Amino acid sequence: MSQKTPSTTPDKNGQDSLSVKGKVPITKKNGLKRVLSLVWKNYKWQVILIAVLIIVSSIANVYGSTFQQTLIDDYIMPMTKNHSTDFTPLFMALSQLVMVYFIGVVATYTWNRTMVYVSLGTLNDVRERLFAHMESLPIRYFDTHAHGDIMSVYTNDTDTLRQLISQSVPQVFSSAMMILFVLISMIRLSWVLTIVTVGFSLCMLLVAKKITRSSGKNFREQQIQLGKANGYIEEMIEGARVIKVFSHEPKVQEEFEKINNDLCTASTNANIFANILMPICMNISYISYVACALLGSYFAINGMFGMSLGIISAMLTLNRSFNNPITQISQQINSIVMAQAGASRVFELMDEPSETDDGIVTLVRTKMVDGEWKECKEHTGHWCWKHPRPDGSFVLVPLKGDVVFHDVTFGYVPEKTVLHDISLYGEAGQKIAFVGATGAGKTTITNLINRFYDINKGSITYDGIDIKLIRKPDLRRSLGIVLQDTQLFSGTIMDNIRFGKLDATDEECIAAAKLANADGFINHLENGYNTYIHANGDSLSQGQRQLLAIARAAVANPPVLILDEATSSIDTRTERLVQAGMDGLMKGRTVFVIAHRLSTIMNSDAIMVLDQGRIIERGNHDSLLDKKGIYYQLYTGALEMD
Amino acid sequence: MISTLSKQIKQYKRETILTPIMVALEVVLDILIPFLMSKMVDLGVEAGNMSVVWHYGLLMLLCAIGALICGALSGKYAAVASAGFAKNVREAEFRNIQNFSFSNIDEYSTGGLITRLTTDVTNVQMAFQMIIRIAVRSPLNFCMALFMVFYLAPNIAWWLLLVVVLLGVAVGFMIKKAGPVFGKMFKMYDNLNEEIQENITGIRPVKSFVREDYEIDRFNKRSKDIYDVNKKAELLMILNQPFVQIAMYACILIVSWVGAKQIVGGSMEVGTMMSLFTYIMNLLMSLMMFSMILVMVTMSAASAKRIVEVINQVSYLESPKDGLKEVKDGSVEFDHVYFNYAEQVDGHYVLRDVDFKINSGETIGILGPTGSSKTSLVSLIPRLYDVTKGAVKVGGVDVRDYDLKTLRDAVSMVLQKNVLFSGTIKENMRWGDEQATDEQIVESCRLAQADDFISRMPDGYDTYIEQGGTNVSGGQRQRLTIARALLKKPKILILDDSTSAVDTKTDALIREAFQTKIPNITKIIISQRVSSIQDADRILVLDRGHLVNVGSHDELMKTSEIYRSTYLAQQKGGNDNESENA
Repeated sequence: MSQKTPSTTPDKNGQDSLSVKGKVPITKKNGLKRVLSLVWKNYKWQVILIAVLIIVSSIANVYGSTFQQTLIDDYIMPMTKNHSTDFTPLFMALSQLVMVYFIGVVATYTWNRTMVYVSLGTLNDVRERLFAHMESLPIRYFDTHAHGDIMSVYTNDTDTLRQLISQSVPQVFSSAMMILFVLISMIRLSWVLTIVTVGFSLCMLLVAKKITRSSGKNFREQQIQLGKANGYIEEMIEGARVIKVFSHEPKVQEEFEKINNDLCTASTNANIFANILMPICMNISYISYVACALLGSYFAINGMFGMSLGIISAMLTLNRSFNNPITQISQQINSIVMAQAGASRVFELMDEPSETDDGIVTLVRTKMVDGEWKECKEHTGHWCWKHPRPDGSFVLVPLKGDVVFHDVTFGYVPEKTVLHDISLYGEAGQKIAFVGATGAGKTTITNLINRFYDINKGSITYDGIDIKLIRKPDLRRSLGIVLQDTQLFSGTIMDNIRFGKLDATDEECIAAAKLANADGFINHLENGYNTYIHANGDSLSQGQRQLLAIARAAVANPPVLILDEATSSIDTRTERLVQAGMDGLMKGRTVFVIAHRLSTIMNSDAIMVLDQGRIIERGNHDSLLDKKGIYYQLYTGALEMD
Repeated sequence: MISTLSKQIKQYKRETILTPIMVALEVVLDILIPFLMSKMVDLGVEAGNMSVVWHYGLLMLLCAIGALICGALSGKYAAVASAGFAKNVREAEFRNIQNFSFSNIDEYSTGGLITRLTTDVTNVQMAFQMIIRIAVRSPLNFCMALFMVFYLAPNIAWWLLLVVVLLGVAVGFMIKKAGPVFGKMFKMYDNLNEEIQENITGIRPVKSFVREDYEIDRFNKRSKDIYDVNKKAELLMILNQPFVQIAMYACILIVSWVGAKQIVGGSMEVGTMMSLFTYIMNLLMSLMMFSMILVMVTMSAASAKRIVEVINQVSYLESPKDGLKEVKDGSVEFDHVYFNYAEQVDGHYVLRDVDFKINSGETIGILGPTGSSKTSLVSLIPRLYDVTKGAVKVGGVDVRDYDLKTLRDAVSMVLQKNVLFSGTIKENMRWGDEQATDEQIVESCRLAQADDFISRMPDGYDTYIEQGGTNVSGGQRQRLTIARALLKKPKILILDDSTSAVDTKTDALIREAFQTKIPNITKIIISQRVSSIQDADRILVLDRGHLVNVGSHDELMKTSEIYRSTYLAQQKGGNDNESENA
């Protein structure tokens, strides 16, 4: 399959820089860079503004700290010496300080405010891109990735990005700025005390690094133990009823206590390191503070290095101002590492190649004009395949529902072929059934007709057109599908039925529900068709959900239906009611049906018995019974069918 | 809520108390440092007295080192106490869940219970640690700093206090306004996540109906809504920054101006002013810390509430104090039983006036359409639920008079939604009887027709079963659960649709084995498949909670419309075979 078009239907905005970049193999570091470049791309001016404002507010902050020296040395001390009572110069200086503070406050607030727009906007953007891209991914992706993992990209990983953009990056930047400005101010005041301060800070960083490393190791251990405990809890809660029936509670309790104790030990170790980091760093900074005070006083008394009271005071404040941002950076390291991992998972999903679509044949509404089909806009109930020719003209082929498999061979992975040389003819209006043991390849066949997966060899044609030539959305629109696991969506019952055809009227939906025999139970619900249901809520029984899925397919009114164990969760009596509706639904359509209960397929035009990916018997019910082969054994219950 | 949770501290009381004590010591020592410094400057540096400088300098150093030790110790104790507390909470929850009756389990969803034992406990652990560390630190720090400010400069202190109070009010107001917005936002996030989840599990219908664009539109709308609400909340929260800065700068200005005047006037020393600057920082920082943990603790309150619900949940069904320890025989009697899962006012019952008697050793089939309460009926026999009216008797005695373990050991029920646990087949079998010998296990598996396929596995009885039993087929799983139930050597065996995935031939073999090998056990079999029950001694036909017919296959073919129609439907359907009726 060639890859001419990079994206499928949902991606009409053309160039998607994220997925184009994705062709390059990514490393973890790359992920972080890509987030930042994404922010930079969309919010260039805001980012510049934020950076400038952070610098401004840092300067204001440092100016405020050094003012203490000016205050004591230039104003208070001279005034005490001169016994002056003229406070005007001091008042002027303080007014100047007020101005600086004011600028600082405005700058801080403005960059924080801008940051809200940048970080939330980016988050929204990432979320939307992620979702749109996910919708474009092939079924294979969903079949081969744990759903919980995909979910956690949205819940956990994007959140680490928010942390990174709105907190870590500005924090590190402003801390770095602070450190720089404070360092300059300190050097200007006293280079000796600067050396002392920086020395202690380096010492602090070393200790922090060591603790962070041990803490990281212990946190991983805690995660492992937590995973173990959660796994055990999950299994035992799922099996809680079985535990009761076997009066197994004491045994389970005992096992749980052991696991719980291990978790407690791991959690204690992990938290000890995390907890002692802050007090140790903070108090090292206090020792640094004391050392500065002590040395400064010694120098001042002995008149060394031009030390003065004002300088000591300012140096002490600067000492705190220097150590605080360092502590802050060391705290951010952890969340940056986490964001890095999160970012790489986000981009991993975004870089998954979209489902490709090389189809050129489209499905169009038509009407009969002078004995010939003509394309039209209005609803006529008639559809044709519009097949363009190289010379620009096109042919209209009426949509009938003929599906032909010609020597189809397929495997999900190249090493293992699941279907071998399958050939079959489903003429419009026919009912074709597949039976066979678990793993025989029944469901696989249905995955091929709608091109959830592409075949390796052979061909499948629809109304004489190779399905590879048909645009995927049009192909799928012409196929109705009811699956074994009924997936509904949160919304009202009506919404769920309308899912089959978005412009269906209420009457059409109700008619479809009646056809599927779902009308009865829906009317018994408190709010009837307006009852709100959740995708995984337990408010409906499995059987009722299947009826809704049948109604959903009915409202779409496609010429070809695929029913995969559609009635498996309905009891025999209810099934007979559904069957009546189903028979109505199936009339005049090509139907591919996979059934657990043979009763549902006995009246098929053709029954294919599959075994290990091959059709081993075919024929109608009576001819297959006469054969006394596998079908006969299945029919008589001699073979297990799962 | 607090009293229930604080009971879980138990053996970690020492650490729980030591943590705040250590924190307090650290705070006191930290607070002393600026004070000592002011003394050093005023008495030492200004006077040019180096020995005084050393005196105070060394004291300061001792304080810093002492604070470091106390701080590290408090961190350690906090970790021990909070991890231990979490352990106890988890255990208390788990223990009580083991006491839950089936109705209790029904009330909470499985997912809900798991969250209460995992995420919620983690949240509460964090909150607990925060409370014993920072909730002590910041108010104490605040009070100490305030005390020092008043001690050093009482007339300036009032001004500072005013600023701090104003800041507190402003921050409190902000949190109060932002709180509900955040609550709304979290709910919206839940909805968004639900939608993502649906699209992941329901990707096939989405793609089949070509609804990608529709779903993307829906998602983008919700995502945009969240963006708006989130923005609103964040814009409120960032007001925090200017509030704190304004307060801090105001304090510095006050101290600078008033302080300068006082120093010049001779009523204050320079060192005092220097330490005042430090205390201002302390005051404001501790206030901020406090507001932060207030927010975080409130957030975890919801988790705490959910946990307490589980711990305090009283089981609806308790084993009687002096329950009978022996079940006489396998007879079962339903005496005008009415049953409902939850209290209902309108008098709707799941089972209505069910009255019958089963003799010990009889084989009974139960048939009825979905929703006819077959499972509810048999659940009453091992007392998984209590009847609403009437009585269920086993061995001639009301089930409520038995010791629960005795009763459930005598009544072995294979549940419809059955599970195997991760572990070897042997380990799974020993759920039925811990002391079972290998021979006994093989014997039971033979009876359940499981020995064949187990022996064919490479590791035989030591084959490892994955969580939920996903590595064996549905039919095999069912046979294993039957074997496990048989190992209990029960007086009554109940199979709730337990052979639905087993092929009819094996099904017949299981029934034959039951008849010949364990004739004295009362067997009650629910099945959708007529062939599984048609040779039972008697068959009960249920319809919408009523017992409509009782009789043998032949009798029911004449008297029961439901039975006959089901039988005929399945005959036609080919799930049965005449030759197997023997």
